[in-house]
Amino acid sequence: MFDQRTDEYQDIRDAVRALCAEFPDEYHRKIDEARAYPAEFVDALTRAGWMAALIPEAYGGSGLGLTEASVIMEEINRSGGNSGACHGQMYVINTLIKHGSEAQKQHYLPRIATGEWRLQSMAVTEPTTGSDTTKIKTVAVKKGDRWVINGQKVWISRVLHSDLIIVLARTTPVEQCRKPSEGMSIFIVDAKAAQANGQLVVKPIPNMVNHETNELFFDNLEVPEENLIGTEGQGFKHLLSGLNAERVLIAAECIGDGYWFTDRVVKYVNERVVFGRPIGQNQGVQFPIAEAFIEVEAANLMRFKAAALYDADQPCGAEANMAKYLAAKSSWEAANACIQFHGGFGFANEYDVERKFRETRLYQVAPISTNMILGYVGQHVLGMPKSY
Amino acid sequence: MRILVPVKRVIDYNVKARVKADGSGVDLANVKMSMNPFDEIAVEEAIRLKEKGVAEEVIAVSIGVKQAAETLRTALAMGADRAILVTATDDVQQDIEPLAVAKILAAVAKAEGTELVIAGKQAIDNDMNATGQMLAALLGWAQATFASKLEIDGGKAKVTREVDGGLQTIAVALPAVVTADLRLNEPRYASLPNIMKAKKKPLEEKTAADYGVDVAPRLEVVSVREPEGRKAGIKVGSVDELVGKLKEAGVI
Repeated sequence: MFDQRTDEYQDIRDAVRALCAEFPDEYHRKIDEARAYPAEFVDALTRAGWMAALIPEAYGGSGLGLTEASVIMEEINRSGGNSGACHGQMYVINTLIKHGSEAQKQHYLPRIATGEWRLQSMAVTEPTTGSDTTKIKTVAVKKGDRWVINGQKVWISRVLHSDLIIVLARTTPVEQCRKPSEGMSIFIVDAKAAQANGQLVVKPIPNMVNHETNELFFDNLEVPEENLIGTEGQGFKHLLSGLNAERVLIAAECIGDGYWFTDRVVKYVNERVVFGRPIGQNQGVQFPIAEAFIEVEAANLMRFKAAALYDADQPCGAEANMAKYLAAKSSWEAANACIQFHGGFGFANEYDVERKFRETRLYQVAPISTNMILGYVGQHVLGMPKSY
Repeated sequence: MRILVPVKRVIDYNVKARVKADGSGVDLANVKMSMNPFDEIAVEEAIRLKEKGVAEEVIAVSIGVKQAAETLRTALAMGADRAILVTATDDVQQDIEPLAVAKILAAVAKAEGTELVIAGKQAIDNDMNATGQMLAALLGWAQATFASKLEIDGGKAKVTREVDGGLQTIAVALPAVVTADLRLNEPRYASLPNIMKAKKKPLEEKTAADYGVDVAPRLEVVSVREPEGRKAGIKVGSVDELVGKLKEAGVI
């Protein structure tokens, strides 16, 4: 049976599962109902070192690759949890690891590894630009030894549970740049201090899932010059590698969700007897579940391919996007089968299906919408004209 | 003090065991294997004694197929200092019998100069509940089985044992063999940094022949079969009907 399979990451899977087992369905259900942050869960993951998996050993982490990180996220979602509360740190931190100066890494990474500080938020998207990132209106202007940031962001998650956030702002007007993707820079911002002095205002957005997500307003936000990460004007490029990592991690979460849905629905349809036999005996029930499972398996292969390329420092934009596309689609198929065959019970909170259903639906929209992936593949992989 | 903890690689307790078609045993091909849960408790207890400063070193040992190295890595990730893998067979289906295991463990315990062996009370695959007792006999050491509490005081181990109808507390002189029961402790899960450290801890590879022990089976498994499925029940309308049915079935 497939749930008895093991792979080379079994030690990681077993340890994450053992930790997650201490946080049963009921814990996640209550957190969701209260729209609360699963602080105890994230703290336990941090204490056991999982949130520092990608931080090099020299800075207090375990120096693992994206592949292992993706296995951690998969297991969290597979156990019934929601990595959305903590996955930000995994991919945001890569920007600092890959492009931060030695002094920045020495300063931030060890404290993030111990959990003293959380860096799990990346402020890129703006209300008027959406997916067209090069048009962002947030600007940073150099004044003496500081940068002064003004502008607005939207759908920025986990800010209220982060000590540090990364902000993308334009530092050279777009008309003065060779390419629109140039002239933007990234900054690491002390979110707590900036909120305390009123230079950063955070407005939470109530939403369908329990993701703490917000509007941000920067009002002459002052950032010391040493908080610029990487090269001035190359911020967008620096972010891209982080975005590919994000796609792979989200793919893994969808795969975890997919297996959660197929596990639950298979168990249910084997037990639920209607018209004198288990409903799983009906092909109309069996086939959609089998189809969803096959799709999750296929997405899993693409996830490992994309992660392996990323870990080998090879270009992986196409594979990371395709993995995320396949995984989000397959977990949605699995979610539909799961809720459908649970009948009315699928809608009852205590079965957790409706919660996971909502959570996995997000991943066809965020962090990149399915249409953007199709456009990317059409243009950059297949060579068709730019459509947007 | 140096503690030796034997750990066995067994079918994972979450896996639904399936009997092979020829009835010769449980199918172990491509099945998830894990550390025997009672052995996890034994590892945890040994690590706690080290953390309390009672023991200096915890050595995990496993006897069986070479894949048991994974089980030893789990023990190392929990906190054991080093491991010894004794390969005794290439066949994942072959269970090394308790006497052969006890003989090898006796040799390892002597070679390593251990004063205390903490073992699981039994393995969940064959439920023999024999190795710890045989080991104590072979070594001529004291034994305290089914431990639910363990305290080391000077040259003695004070052990609370779960016996029928209550708890018995005994004191045994060291060196001794203690076998762990379910309520001795709750084993920790490995943290990521400890999993990483475990990959670098020493794991010595030996064979049964190195200890001069013949592991050829002495016991013959006649047949293995699945438990019988539960039969459907019936609903009765009254106490009288219930009594009638029970009489009919010849049980009262």
